[in-house]
Formats: sequence, structure tokens, C-alpha cells
Amino acid sequence: MTDETLVTIEVDGRELKARPGAMLIEVTDAAGINIPRFCYHKKLSVSANCRMCLVEVEKAPKPMPACATPVANGMKVKTRSPTALAAQKGTLEFLLINHPLDCPICDQGGECELQDVAMGYGAGVSRYIEKKRVVSDPDIGPLVATDMTRCIHCTRCVRFGAEIAGIREMGATGRGEHMKIGTYIQSSVDSELSGNIIDLCPVGALTSKPYRFQARAWELTQSDAVGPHDAVGSNLYLHVRRDKVMRVAPRGNEAVNECWISDRDRFSYEALESTARLKRPLVKENGKWRELPWDEALDLAAGMLKGAGAGLKTLISPSATLEELYLAQKLTRGLGSSHIDHRLRQGDFRNDASPALRWLGMPIAEIERLDVAVVVGGNPRKDQPLIGHRLRKAAMAGASITYINPCKFDLNYGADQQVESPAGMVKRLAGLAKAIGVTGELVANAVVDDQCKALAGQLKNAGKAAIFLGNIANAHPDLAVLETLAGRIATATNAFFGFLQEGANAVGAQLAGAAPHRLPGGKAAETQGKNARRMLSDKIEGALLIGADPALDCWDPSAVRQSFSNAKDVVALTAFRTRSLESCANLMLPIGWFAESSGTLVNGQGDWQTFAGAVSPIGEARPAWKVLRVLGNLTDVEGFDYQNSAEVLNEVRAACEGVSLDNAIGEGCLDVQFKEGPLTRIGYVPLYAADVAVRHAPSLQRTANAADSALLRVNGATARIYALSSGAPISVCQGNGEAQLMVCIDEGIASDCALVPAGLAATGGLGPMFGEITLEKD
Amino acid sequence: MSFKSAPMTTIERRADKGSLFTPEIRAQIDKWVAKYPGEWRQSAVMWALRVVQESNRGFLTPELMDNVAAYLDMPPIAVYEVASFYSMYELKPVAKRKICVCTNVSCMVRGSDIVVGHLEKRLGAKLGQTTPDGRWTLKEVECLGACGDAPAIQIGNKYYENLTPEGIDKILDELE
Ligand code: SF4
Ligand code: FES
Ligand code: FES
Repeated sequence: MTDETLVTIEVDGRELKARPGAMLIEVTDAAGINIPRFCYHKKLSVSANCRMCLVEVEKAPKPMPACATPVANGMKVKTRSPTALAAQKGTLEFLLINHPLDCPICDQGGECELQDVAMGYGAGVSRYIEKKRVVSDPDIGPLVATDMTRCIHCTRCVRFGAEIAGIREMGATGRGEHMKIGTYIQSSVDSELSGNIIDLCPVGALTSKPYRFQARAWELTQSDAVGPHDAVGSNLYLHVRRDKVMRVAPRGNEAVNECWISDRDRFSYEALESTARLKRPLVKENGKWRELPWDEALDLAAGMLKGAGAGLKTLISPSATLEELYLAQKLTRGLGSSHIDHRLRQGDFRNDASPALRWLGMPIAEIERLDVAVVVGGNPRKDQPLIGHRLRKAAMAGASITYINPCKFDLNYGADQQVESPAGMVKRLAGLAKAIGVTGELVANAVVDDQCKALAGQLKNAGKAAIFLGNIANAHPDLAVLETLAGRIATATNAFFGFLQEGANAVGAQLAGAAPHRLPGGKAAETQGKNARRMLSDKIEGALLIGADPALDCWDPSAVRQSFSNAKDVVALTAFRTRSLESCANLMLPIGWFAESSGTLVNGQGDWQTFAGAVSPIGEARPAWKVLRVLGNLTDVEGFDYQNSAEVLNEVRAACEGVSLDNAIGEGCLDVQFKEGPLTRIGYVPLYAADVAVRHAPSLQRTANAADSALLRVNGATARIYALSSGAPISVCQGNGEAQLMVCIDEGIASDCALVPAGLAATGGLGPMFGEITLEKD
Repeated sequence: MSFKSAPMTTIERRADKGSLFTPEIRAQIDKWVAKYPGEWRQSAVMWALRVVQESNRGFLTPELMDNVAAYLDMPPIAVYEVASFYSMYELKPVAKRKICVCTNVSCMVRGSDIVVGHLEKRLGAKLGQTTPDGRWTLKEVECLGACGDAPAIQIGNKYYENLTPEGIDKILDELE
């Protein structure tokens, strides 16, 4: 904006330039002039109902609210004049009339906006001696605690629900003295972003339930961290007391998470203290687990790894740190094997020949400026909640968003959800490609319907369009075909092409070379190893498992069971002790998770975000990079003499010099391999089953989001074929595995398909995420 | 709050609106819906609640409010907000005859406490209560807009003004 278009105002004698139409408070905030406020929040609409921000404006007959007063040229404002101060003091006195002043027993005490403003603008002694009102506290779920007597009716939480979360669950009922904020009827607040109302609430009315009465703000020290579950890499603060993470809060970063974080990033820290944490090394002897000291355990591990040698199979979580991923591949390759992979839930690897490094394809912040977005096989609202939020912002600004999925998802904005069976998704995308003018064998035979034509028109005419492949596409047995088609459509329409990847560090894993076909820096490997799916199709003798629970984190749990059935040299580096690790592994080494270790995560847009460890690992656990380093030394692999994780990082950095992320598909693959049976499973990983840590976070597991996941969802027509009724128990059989679920009739599911969740203990015995299933009634 | 429900907030647009309420009630609500632009169905909420309340012996239930929400494409909480804000809506069962007593400023200075005291004594029910025989509900309301002839009460659709204890007795005797 040029200088002429700005207006000039004067605040407390200072001259300020401002954008016409900006609210006064935005201008003073930018200039560092403090005006007290409760209801104003830069990310929410202006409601101007608390009146705390009253200031004196010259020529105005009475004090004006700075949050709702647009600036005008020549405006003269006084924020600290006697009139302004009297107005602010008066407002505060009114606000405190019904406030219980129970700061000594309030979790917000010490970090409360009301406390702060009362200190600065309030009277020392209250003149109010009448009775105060009391408001009952609704139970809004396991994450947010309520003390509504403290509420000052700023409505930030209500506006957050309507404007950001996109579901209005909270509201202001009653009026005057009887007005209260709540849900009116007993119901929980279920947004995947609900925890943000804890930060928004300026008083102690909404606080964190898991953190309730655990610590005082002034006892905590703050350190930086990065969201460990998804490709957003939300910036976090850890609040630590006496070597324990007490809670997690957002660290503002407009380019990544703005000022929000997902509930998953906020509450998963509870897993650090889970009873399932592995605290000491364990070895399996005659089917029984025995504790052993670290030195013995490491020697044993080194022996096993050396024994496995060139046959070693390494499976590592896509949420492991860059350092861990790098050392894991270095160790594996140093031992003569090239079988390493982080793409545990990927269903198809036929595009591995293309040299590209998969990423989001565009900056996260740009997503909200798209005019057209197409998501193929994914539900970012739950899988990458803050990318879902950016898409919602785009939709609110008028973008057309289309989903091509095997089922309809609950979205918080209007979108065109095209539901197709897994094979139908490929056909639809081929149809879209044809409508756009892409050529090729598969495309030539595709059927182009009106929906394809309309979408093709949108993509061609959009100023800014993008096509994304999500988590469902990732697990699709014809991923290579979906990628190829989507890539060609993007090229033909000049749209961005991106991947919403699994885990917190999928980009980092590729850069670190934790894949069978790719060395550090993404260089093509001369000897290609087996990918995750191939590794599990043979009997495994020796393996190294890092940070993953094989059955629940892999594409095909039944293959895990079979391939590991006679394994004797399986070393697991794990933070959690799980059923499937107990049956697959022979030796378990406890490692730190999240705040317990330093490391680097590379998010979807390619930011390398390094953080330091904030607490010591539980029990005798050690940071995984250190364990890997020692294993490198003990197995005599060269180049494992690191003193700290920064040295590892520098080595990866050097390998990645000049490397850029790229989603080019190259040759591609248009050879459809997936055949649908009479009833096809759609394996979708629910929000709170994404990785082993979330699955051990107790409060998240108690949410409604987690509770309604162990269901078999089919549409009415399919239910009739199999005579299923809603709520009835059902046995699902896939291969030689079986699962007991409850039927849920959901008209959003493609016909002849059943949504059977993956990543849950209940379905951990089944086969691949996509495949034929049969049903048996008990 | 004044948000337009959609598109800001996700609304599950109910396709089976025809299964909500009776055809007569729907027709009455539709008359009000028609007065507003198409995307502002929710503007008819106050009339819809009134119609539905009248059809349900003078009070609303959460279920009825949910149906109003579904019928007008609103989040249920937005309907609860309206219904709990205005004193004309009853959220609990009330007697057939409801006496709304104004105790706001003008009525107060003109003796509304005498009116309240007399009504409470005669009916044997306090403000906010229903008589033991279930025939009368006594309710305190804010200004009825009848300040010029305060103190005032409202029974049904009728205002009674310049009240004295004797006047009240006469009114109630007639209505008994
Ligand atoms: S609960 Fe907190 S955020 Fe919500 S209205 Fe009350 S004070 Fe504001
Ligand atoms: S901050 Fe301006 S009125 Fe609340
Ligand atoms: S104050 Fe009673 S009618 Fe106005």
C-alpha cells in the first residue's frame, strides 16, 4: 500500500499511519500502544460487547470502543486521558460485579487477562457488597473444563465455534443477569480444534481439563516444540515443571499454524506418562519378557542386527525425527541392507522410479488463497486439522472445494463431495483428466460425466487452483495411478499439486533417505531395497522397528503377523509397549518421545524445524538418535561418532544442499491393479488413532471423536444386501483375520464398500486397508 | 449473536423438512419464511417458535426447538439462544392462563410490588410458579411498554393497566 492511501491519526500525541477502515485497536496494537480488551481477538469478528477498550476520541461525544471504531484521517485519540481511564475503570468495575474473584483456586490465576487488566485498571477495593450470581458448569467433554461463574461474556468462545471451528456448539442463552455461555442442553464440544477456546477465554471459565489443578503458571518454564503428529508441524510451547510436561500451548506462526493448534497436538503430551511407556530394555526369552541392563541390551541388539546383516528390514515411523531417520538408514545401509522404509501405510509403490521428493506442493498459508481445490482421497479436517482449517478459510472466501473420496466426511464448510468406490475414484479422476484434455490409454477409455466437465472447467478457469492427494489416496492400492492422473491434471491446468502426507516428518524421511529407493538428499539409490509392503510379504528374520507399532501403523496387519511369525532377530526401538510389538519383537529398547528428545521435523511445506529436548526421557529410556549412534558403534558401521544431534543434523543438511522438493511424476503409471470384490474395505485411520503416541493419550481417547470410531459403516443399500441393521454387532473377516465391530448405517459411504477403520486395536487383526472383506453375523 | 448461520457454520440441511410438525404449522411458519430473502430462512425463528409454542400448550421443549432449528437450517444452539432470551417463550410447562407482571421501573414506582404481593397471596403461588391447581402461572417480566398506565400486567394477548388490588380481583374473578 502506498503512503497516499493511508490515513494519518494521532494516538496519545503520536502520529500513526493506518489503512483506511482498520479498527483503531489494530493500529494501536501494531504500534505497541496497549489498550485493554477482552472480546477483541485479531482472528475473530468484532463483537464489541465487553467495552473494556473504551478510549477518548476527539469530537466524539462519549468514549468509543477501540475494537469497533474505524480509523479516519485526522482522528485524535487519547487512550490514557482522564475520560478514557474513567471509562475503562467503570467498565472493569461492572465486569467484576458478578465475577467470583476466586483467583486462588483458579487455573488461570497468574496468566489471566482479567487479572492483568484488573491490576492495571481496576480499583484496589471492591465497592460491591451485594450477592453475586452463580452459574452451573456444563460438562463439555474430556478436554475443556468449565467454571462458568467466572465467564465475562466476551463471546470469544462462541465466535470461535462459529467462525473458526465451523460448528456452533456454544452460545449465549438467557439474558441480562441470567445470560450464560454454554451448550444449553448437555452436549460435548467436539471440534478437532476445540482446545483453542482454552487459550481464547480471557478468564478462567474455560481451562484445560487434563491440566486442571496440576500447576501454577509461574512454576512453569517454557520451551519450544513442534507438533509431532501431522505434516503441518504446528509450532508449540511446552510448559514444563520439574522435568515433566504439564501442558502444551500454541506458539504463533502465521506461516504454519497461525495462533491455533489441533487438539491432537495439544493433548497428546499425556502419552508421555502413559502406563504403556517402556521404561527399561526388555528381552523375550521363551515367550516371556525379561528386563536387562542397557549395556547387555545394546550388545544383544548389535548382535541381532549384525546377524540380520544384508537381510535386515528397517521400518521406521514417518513421525520420527530427521536425525533418527537419517541414522536408521545409515545403520541399515552400513549393515549391507537397503530395506528401509517409513511409508508404512502406503498401498502402492509403483511410482518409486520417479526421482521426486513429495511435499505439500505449496506454502501452507497459500492454501487459504486458492480459488479451487480438489482433494483426492483424504480428509484434511481430521488428518491434518490445520490444513483443513486453511481449506475452510479458502471456502469461506468463496473457493470451490471438491473431494473425491470413497465416503463423505463431516466437513465444516460447503464442498462438493463426490463419493466413489476405490476403483471408482480412479475412474473419476481419469474422467476428469480426459475432460481436461490429458491423453493416455486409461484416460482415453474414461467416461466423462457432467461432474467431471464442471470440475474440469473450474480447474481450467481458476486463478489459483490446487489438487491434493491425502491419506486415503496414500493407502490406495492404485496410488501410483492416482498420482499420475492428478499430476497430469495439475500440469495441464497449471494447478499446484501436493501431497498431504502421513505422519509429522514424511518430507524429512525422504530427505534423510529413509526409503529403499532413495539416499540422503533424495538421490536415487543404486541398489533398491524392498519397500514397506514388500518387506512384509516375505518371512522376516531380522528387523529394526523404530517408533512404530507394526500392526496398527502398517498397511496390512495380517501381513505383519505372518511375516514376523518366526522372526528371531527383531530389535524394536519404542517409547510404548504394545501388543503387536510384544509379538513381533525379540528385544525392546525404550526411547524418548516428543519432548524427551531433541530433533528436527520437516513439515509438509519443507520447513526444517529443530527443537531441543525439554524433559528427560521416562525411566531408563534414551533419545532414539543416541541409541542408534551406539548401535552404529557396536556394529562397527563407519561414521557414527556424533557428539550431539546437531552434528547429525549438519550431515543431513550437507546431503540436502541444493535439493529442492518436487512432486514431478515422470513416467508415471496408469496400470490399474486393484480389483474390487463384492464388498470392499475402505480403511481409514481415525483422528485419534493416527500413531502409537496418540493412541496412548488418555483424554483424547475419551473424546467423542475417538468413541465413534470402532464402527463398520455401510450405506443403506449395502446394508440391505447383507441384512445389516444399525447398532448390531458384526464380524468382519479379511484374509485370515477377524474383527468385531458395530454396524452404523451411513449414507455417505460408497455402495458395496464398508468403512472399516484402521489403526485401532479392534481391527488390528485384519488385512490391508483396502481389500475384499466378508461379513458374518453372530 | 448476529451471524448468518450458513455458510459460516456447518448446517446439516434436513431434506425431510416435510416430516417436521403438522402441515398447518408448516404453512404458518412458511408464511413468515416467505417474508425474508431465501438465504435468510433463520429470520423467521421468532414466529416459528411462537407458532410451535402455541401448538404445544404454551411451552417449548428442546425437541421442538431442535425441530425449529432443522426446519430453518439453523444450529440448534442459535434457536435456544432466541428462545431463552425472550420472556414470551416458555421452556417449561405453564398453566393455561399466564399472568405476566411488569416490575420494571415505571411499574415499580407506581406500585408493582403491591400488584405482585396481591397476586401471590390470592393465587398462592410465587413469581415464576404455577398455582397448585395448575390453573395460573405467575411470571415476572420486564417493561411491557405500558408505562403510561403503570402498573400493568398481561394475560394472554390482553393488557390490564392502572392496577389496584380490587381491580385485579375483578379481572381474575371474571377470568376464573
Ligand atoms: S467462557 Fe470465556 S471465552 Fe467464552 S464468553 Fe465466557 S469469558 Fe468469553
Ligand atoms: S475489546 Fe472492544 S468492546 Fe471488547
Ligand atoms: S415499566 Fe412496566 S410497562 Fe414499562
